[in-house]
Amino acid sequence: MLNKINQYKNYLTVVTGALIVLSFFLGQAVWKDAFLIAATVIAGIPIFIKAFQALRMKSFSIELLVTIAVIGALIIGEYVESAVVTFLFLFGGYLEARTLAKTRSSLKKLMELAPQEATVIRDGRQAAVPVEEVEAGDRVIIRSGGKVPVDGKIAAGEASFIEAAITGESKPSFKGEQSSVFSGTILDSGYVEVIAEKVGDDTTFAKIIELVEEAQESKSKTEKFLDRFAQFYTPGVVVLALLVYVITVNLHLAITFLVVACPGALVIGAPVSNVAGIGNGARKGVLIKGGEAVESLAGIDTLVFDKTGTLTKGKPEVTEIKTFLQYSGEELLTLSAQAETISEHHLGKAIVREAENTGLPRAEKVQGEIIKGKGIKAQVNGKEIILGNRSLLQTAGIPVTDAAEAHAEKQERAGNTAIFAVINSEIAGIISIADQIRKEAPEALAALRENGIRRIIMLTGDNRHSAVLVAEQLKIEEVHAELLPQDKVKFIHELQAQGHKVAMAGDGINDAPAIAAADIGLAMGEGGTEISMETADVVLMADKLMQLSHAYSLAKATSRNMKQNTYFAVGTVVILLTGVLMGGIHLASGMFIHEASVLLVILNAMRLIKFAEKKQKKHPQLLPEPA
Amino acid sequence: MKKAVYQLEALTCPSCIQKIEKSLRKTKGVDTVKVLFHSSKVRVQFEEEAIEAEEIESNISRLGYPVLSTKVS
Repeated sequence: MLNKINQYKNYLTVVTGALIVLSFFLGQAVWKDAFLIAATVIAGIPIFIKAFQALRMKSFSIELLVTIAVIGALIIGEYVESAVVTFLFLFGGYLEARTLAKTRSSLKKLMELAPQEATVIRDGRQAAVPVEEVEAGDRVIIRSGGKVPVDGKIAAGEASFIEAAITGESKPSFKGEQSSVFSGTILDSGYVEVIAEKVGDDTTFAKIIELVEEAQESKSKTEKFLDRFAQFYTPGVVVLALLVYVITVNLHLAITFLVVACPGALVIGAPVSNVAGIGNGARKGVLIKGGEAVESLAGIDTLVFDKTGTLTKGKPEVTEIKTFLQYSGEELLTLSAQAETISEHHLGKAIVREAENTGLPRAEKVQGEIIKGKGIKAQVNGKEIILGNRSLLQTAGIPVTDAAEAHAEKQERAGNTAIFAVINSEIAGIISIADQIRKEAPEALAALRENGIRRIIMLTGDNRHSAVLVAEQLKIEEVHAELLPQDKVKFIHELQAQGHKVAMAGDGINDAPAIAAADIGLAMGEGGTEISMETADVVLMADKLMQLSHAYSLAKATSRNMKQNTYFAVGTVVILLTGVLMGGIHLASGMFIHEASVLLVILNAMRLIKFAEKKQKKHPQLLPEPA
Repeated sequence: MKKAVYQLEALTCPSCIQKIEKSLRKTKGVDTVKVLFHSSKVRVQFEEEAIEAEEIESNISRLGYPVLSTKVS
């Protein structure tokens, strides 16, 4: 019964509105009053029920205040007021629910990406099952346009995936056998069979949703203050209303005071800003963990970066291949990569990766040996290959030509590691490898400076030489190299002691202590590893530094929005209360202004959903982008 | 110990949080209650020997918040 009434609340609102309008066309006072009383009772029932339910739980609700006010208005014969107030209360509630749903829409959109069904192979047959029934180890089939229902590894096939749900990146990324795929991503084109590793609530996507949900609940300092404020405010208003009655002996005025003073906009203003802001970030691949993180991120003035993995890609890559003999760069890379397949060294792996990325053929079986700290020797297609540093060449008795030495030195000065490639006892080429700076790093740092970060500092455990090289390219003035994790923590504590608000951005694991020590910790999510998602206050899901700049301006906008809402709400209450006491505002008009103010703060927060950083001016591109 | 998540109709007043949390906390067998205001969900940890998920669901409904879906794990 009670639920029924609740369900038909919207119809009751419409009926009430119609009755009030009709009553104005009735001449006879008796009929007019009858219509208005009917309207009051109809709209009053759901309000009264809510008030009663709350009272039973010994909690004090706005519905209770309205119920008291309406009964009071009925007693003193103000039927227009009682009808309009109940109507406005229901109608306002309806509009609030509608607009609130909009501010929450970001998360909802994210959740809609959650897959419902999966096609699995069971007993040699394909079967469509609800996603809850998929178990780890199942072989799942995904076709073009299908949603990936589990986290797992591709066992067969290849395809491009849109991973926006996980990384915020809208460009499809291509994946082949043995690559990991994530639940919530969409297969753009291709066909794959995936062995499920994580299902249901254990998937990265489910964890992200849970984190965002929790982030939206966790309260900022302003919100906590407002909550405490409301706790004292509501009973305070009741006492004040009593005082007003005792002093003026005017029941009508006291009741009006009671209703108008309800802290609606005050209570909802700050949370809606946060929800909209955090939702906006989540959709763009920035996880901000809660209102408190938003506020501290907005307040920072110093940004500390770790170098490896944060400003640079953290993965060495082949930057150049120089050849001296008859072999082409491609031939040299093919042979080197085939030889390096026996290597476990990260530089060797970089060469193998480069060959794979360019689609060069793999070797069947390679014979060779690893010389620790120097390089490798191997036989490929009947050729004797040596790959390594100068000391390996020396022990192998291979002379370094002047041209090779000059080139190696030049590459090393530019921050590369030079690897000599020897084919049949002659230096055939030099492969340069470096941990490259992220392509978007200069632009992202410029945007951050423009948005008000005054000081950018780079800390690294790496040697001074390569640290300075990276800093110069990124125009970072302050660099501290050769630091241990505890040194980084000490450095951040020193900055804080000087009164700075410090953010620390790192790649999650080795920087964890510094990330924890900073006022706000930022982590590169790298497709969402659990450790980094848990340690930091802000996670950049796609490892894109531009997201950091978006996160910072978003946090600032959100905290600004929250302040606007709070000031507006407090201002409205002050004006309303003064108006009531001066006699300029009556119950119905007060209710109207009150409801309108609640809607306004929600509408203000809605602007954050669409918040996008001002587009950077594109620098004219002189050179065509390499294909 | 089991965990249940109840999806409610959109919550609009922050005072609903207290109402639901207070009342469920007093229910026997219920260990922890958390109302997620913005996603309109109630997360409950409870002792499956003392109370069933359906019972908690009907308690929430009786408070005036219809439950749309339930997930027990």
